[in-house]
Amino acid sequence: MAEPGKQLQKLCDLKDKIVESYPAKVGKNRAKHIQVKGCVETPVIDANAKTLPGIITTRGCAFAGAKGVVLGPIKDAVNLVHGPVGCSYYSWLTRRNLARPAEGGKSFLQYCCTTDMQEGDIVFGGEKKLMQAIREVHDILAPEAIIVSATCPVGLIGDDIASVSRQAEEELGVKVFSANCEGYKGVSQSVGHHIACNALMEHVVGTEELEDPTPFDINIFGEYNIGGDLWSIVPMLEQIGYRIVSTYTGDASVHDLARAPQAKLNILMCHRSINYATRMFNDRYGLPWLKVNYVGLEETARSLREMARFFGDEELMEKTEAVIAEEMERITPEIESYRQRLEGKKIMLFVGGSRAHHFQLLSEELGMTVVMAGYEFAHRDDYEGRQVLAGMKKSGISKVVQDIHYELQPGFKPPLSETELEEKNRDLGGHLLDYEGMIPQMKSGAMIVDDLNHHETEIVIRELEPDVFCSGIKDKYVVEKMGVPSRQLHSYDYSGPYTGFDGALTFARDIDMAVSTPTIKFITPPWKNTEADCDA
Amino acid sequence: MAKSSVSTTNACKLCRPLGACLAFRGIEGSMVLLHGSQGCSTYMRRYISGHFREPVDIASSALSETQAVYGGAANLKQGIRNVVAKYAPAVLGVATTCLTETIGDNIGMIIAELLEEEPELREIEIIPVSTPSYSGSHMDGFRDSCIAILERLAVPREKTGAINLFPGFISAADIRHLKEIMEDFKTPGIILPDISQTLDGVIDGGYRRIPPGGTSMPAIARTARSACSIEFNVVSPASQSAAALLESRHDIPGERLPIPIGIRNCDLFFQTLAKVTLQPVPARYKEERGRLLDAMVDAHKYLFGKKAVVYGDADFVLALTSFLIDVGVSPVVCATGDGNREFISRISQTAAVAGIQPLILKDTDFDEISERARETGSELLIGSSKGNHIARRLGIPLLRVGYPIHDRIGGQRLLHIGYRGTMNLLDQLTNMLIAREQDELGYGYSYM
Repeated sequence: MAEPGKQLQKLCDLKDKIVESYPAKVGKNRAKHIQVKGCVETPVIDANAKTLPGIITTRGCAFAGAKGVVLGPIKDAVNLVHGPVGCSYYSWLTRRNLARPAEGGKSFLQYCCTTDMQEGDIVFGGEKKLMQAIREVHDILAPEAIIVSATCPVGLIGDDIASVSRQAEEELGVKVFSANCEGYKGVSQSVGHHIACNALMEHVVGTEELEDPTPFDINIFGEYNIGGDLWSIVPMLEQIGYRIVSTYTGDASVHDLARAPQAKLNILMCHRSINYATRMFNDRYGLPWLKVNYVGLEETARSLREMARFFGDEELMEKTEAVIAEEMERITPEIESYRQRLEGKKIMLFVGGSRAHHFQLLSEELGMTVVMAGYEFAHRDDYEGRQVLAGMKKSGISKVVQDIHYELQPGFKPPLSETELEEKNRDLGGHLLDYEGMIPQMKSGAMIVDDLNHHETEIVIRELEPDVFCSGIKDKYVVEKMGVPSRQLHSYDYSGPYTGFDGALTFARDIDMAVSTPTIKFITPPWKNTEADCDA
Repeated sequence: MAKSSVSTTNACKLCRPLGACLAFRGIEGSMVLLHGSQGCSTYMRRYISGHFREPVDIASSALSETQAVYGGAANLKQGIRNVVAKYAPAVLGVATTCLTETIGDNIGMIIAELLEEEPELREIEIIPVSTPSYSGSHMDGFRDSCIAILERLAVPREKTGAINLFPGFISAADIRHLKEIMEDFKTPGIILPDISQTLDGVIDGGYRRIPPGGTSMPAIARTARSACSIEFNVVSPASQSAAALLESRHDIPGERLPIPIGIRNCDLFFQTLAKVTLQPVPARYKEERGRLLDAMVDAHKYLFGKKAVVYGDADFVLALTSFLIDVGVSPVVCATGDGNREFISRISQTAAVAGIQPLILKDTDFDEISERARETGSELLIGSSKGNHIARRLGIPLLRVGYPIHDRIGGQRLLHIGYRGTMNLLDQLTNMLIAREQDELGYGYSYM
C-alpha cells in the first residue's frame, strides 16, 4: 500500500505524463487545464478556453446552452428553433428536464418546433418563413410565450430574429422574444447560458406582478428538474415554510419567471449556467442570492440552515431543524448499508459546470474517494471561487454576448437595505452573493481536469483505476469497453432524482448497482485469449 | 401530399451530416471529422450512441465566430492533424455542416492545400463530402458519402466473381445476416458500408479507439471488379445510387431492389442473388420461406385488415409497407420525412396489389402524421421511438423498428431483412396486437 506521499507524487507525475503525451504546443496548453490538489496548495486552473480542433471534446455549442439548458425547460412556452432540422431534433427531449402542466396549464416540452430552413431560406433569407412559423405555432399550440432561438446560419445570413419577434408579438398579442445563440459563438455551451439569461431579463423578468407576496418567498435558480430533482426538494422547502415563487427554469411557467423579482431571496444551485441572472437580479432588484447545494445529506442540511439563518426567523429555524432531524433519522440507516459496500471505492466526476462539485461531498459521505473531478465548460470561478473574477482577463466573449449591468430599477423597493444586507452577509460568514468553487473543498490527492478529452480519459482510467466513472453518454460506452462501470451524471442514466435526502439514497443505490454488478467479472472467458490487441 | 404548414413540428428526419457519420462508420479503420461548430459533432455523437449504445467518436473543427467570418481553413487543417495524430485512421471522412456550407468553405481545396503542406498525410485517405443540413435528410448524407467513398477508392482491374451489396442504412444484425446469406450462396460479397461490428461491438476487456470491423479498403477497391452490384435503394435518383455509379464508371451491372422485408421483396432479392451468383437458392432459405409462409398463415387472423401507420426513411417505409400488405395489414398512412415522387409511386404500386390506397406523406413531420393517424382511425404504428407520443395519445401500440430507438435496448440488433427478419417482425407485430387484446379482455384468458 503506497504511502500518501508516494500516492501524491504519482499523481503529480501523472499530470506530466499526460502533458508529454501530446505534441509540445498542445501539451503546453493542456498543462494549464490540469492540476492536482496537494501538488500545488491552491491550484490555479485555466478554463473556458477555445476547444482544440480535432481533439475529441465533450463540449457542445451556444445553442445547446441557450435553448437546451436555460430556455428549453420553460414548459408553457414553445421554443421555435430558426434553422435547419438537426439542431431542434437533437435537442428534442434529449435533456431530462421534466415538467408537469399546472392545474389548467400547458406544457409543450414534448414538441420540437423548427423553421426547418431549406436552401432557399439560406440564399434568400428566412425571416418571412420565421414569421409564418410563429403564427402557426400560435394558432395551433397557443403557448404562453414563443421563444425563437438562432442556429449557425441565422447570424451569417443576417436574419433579424429580434425584429421578427417584436413584430410577431405586436401582431399576435402574446410574448415573443428571441435569443441570438448561434452555435459558433463562444467556445462551449457557456456563452449560450449568458445569452439566454440576458433574453429572460430583457423580455420576461418583471413583466408581471406577484399578487400575494409572503415573508418567505424564494426563487430557485439553476435547478432544471433533471430526473425530478426539483420535485424532490420542493416538499421539504414548503414544509419548512418557504413559498417558491419561481424556479429558473425547471418545471417553470413563463408567468412565474415574470413574477420573480418580488421574492425575498434567490437560492442558486447551478452557478455556471445562471449566475448571470442572479447577479442581474441583485443589480436590478436588490435581491440577493445564496449558493446552495441539495446533493448530499450534510450539504442539504447545511443549505437549509443557511437559508433559515438568512431569514433569521425563529419558527423557520425550528422547523428547519425538525425537518433535518426527521429526515436524517429516516435516511441514515438506509444509507449505511450502501456506505459499507462503497467504502474505499474510487469515483471520477466529469460533468458540465456544477455537478462535479455538488456530488463530491455525497460521494465522500458514502465512503468513496474522489480521485478526479472536472468540468466541460466551467469558468475559473467555478473551480477556484468568485474571488478570481476581478483578476480575470476579459476573453473575446464580449463580442458575442453583452455583459449587462442593470441599475436599480426606479420605483422598485428591494427587500433589504444595503446595511441590512451587509449585516446578514456577516452573519452568514460572507456566503451571500458568493461561491467558493469546487477546488477548496477537495482533498489532497485529487486530480482536476478542465475540458477532459477522450485521450486523457483513457489515460486517467488506466492509471488511476477508478471503480466508477461518472460522466455523460459520449464517454459511458468508451469507459465500459475498458471494463470500468460508468454512470451518466447529466441524465442520471434515466434515474434520479439525486437531490435532497431521498435523492442521496437513490444515488447510493445507483452507484452500488454500477460497482456491484457481477457482469464485469465475466470478461475473461474460460478459454483464455492470449492476444489482446488493444490500444489501452 | 406535403404538409400545409411551413414550420416543422416534431421532425421525421435527421440532418445530412449525421448520415455521413453513419456511412463512414461502416468503413474499416475510419474516423469522421465534421467541419463546423462543435455542437454538431457532440449532438450527433449523442444521437448515434443513444441508439447503438456504442462509443461514437466524431471530431470537430470547432469553428467559432472569427472563423465564421473569415473562413475555417486553419481550424480544419489543425483538426485533421490532431485526429490523425491520435487515431491514425486509414480513412478520414470530412463532412460539412450548415455553418461551413453557408460561409462557403471549399473543403476539397483546403484538404488539397493541407496535403501539399504535409505530404505524409497522403497515406491517409481523406475523403470530403458536402452535407449541408438545410437540404434533404440524413439519408442523403449517407448515400452521398457512399458515392464519395466509391469514387475515391474503387479501382478497376480484372473481373472477380464477387457481388457488391449496398444495403443502405439497415441494422447491424441485418448486415450480419447478409454476410451469412452470401456465404450460403458460396459467393464472395462486398458489403458497403458494414456497421455490423463497428456499431455493435463487444466487451472483451480490450478497448480500441477505432473499433474493429467495417468494409476494408482493399475490399472497397475491388468493388470496381465485381460481377454485379445489388443495392437496396429504389427511391433515390441515380446520382445517389452506388450501383448506378459503378455501372456508369466501370460497367458493372447493377440491380436496385427494395430492402428485402416482406415475402415479395425477399423473393425478389433471393431470385436476383440466384441469378447473379448462378447458384440455386440454398435449401436453408427455401425452408425459411416455407416457415415464414406458415407463420403468415398462423398470424393472418390477428392481422387482417388492421390499420397501420408506418413512418421512417423512404426506402424503409416502402419495404415495410410491402410487408404489411403481404400479411394482410392495411397501411393507411405511409410517411417519410424526406421522400420524392418515386417514393409516392412505389408505395402506390406495392399497395395496389391488395387494392389499398394509403395516404402517402412525404416531407412530413410527426405533427401531421399524428393528425392523419387519428383521422384514419389507425390501430397501430410501426417506426422509430419517435412515434411513442402518438402511440400514447391515441392509445395504440407501437412496433419499434429502424432508427432511432432510444427507449429500448437492442435497436442495433433488430433483424428486419430476409425471410428470417420478416418472420421476426411478423412475430413481434402479431404478439404486440395479441398482448393488447389480451389486456383489454380483462378475464385473464390465456388461449388467444
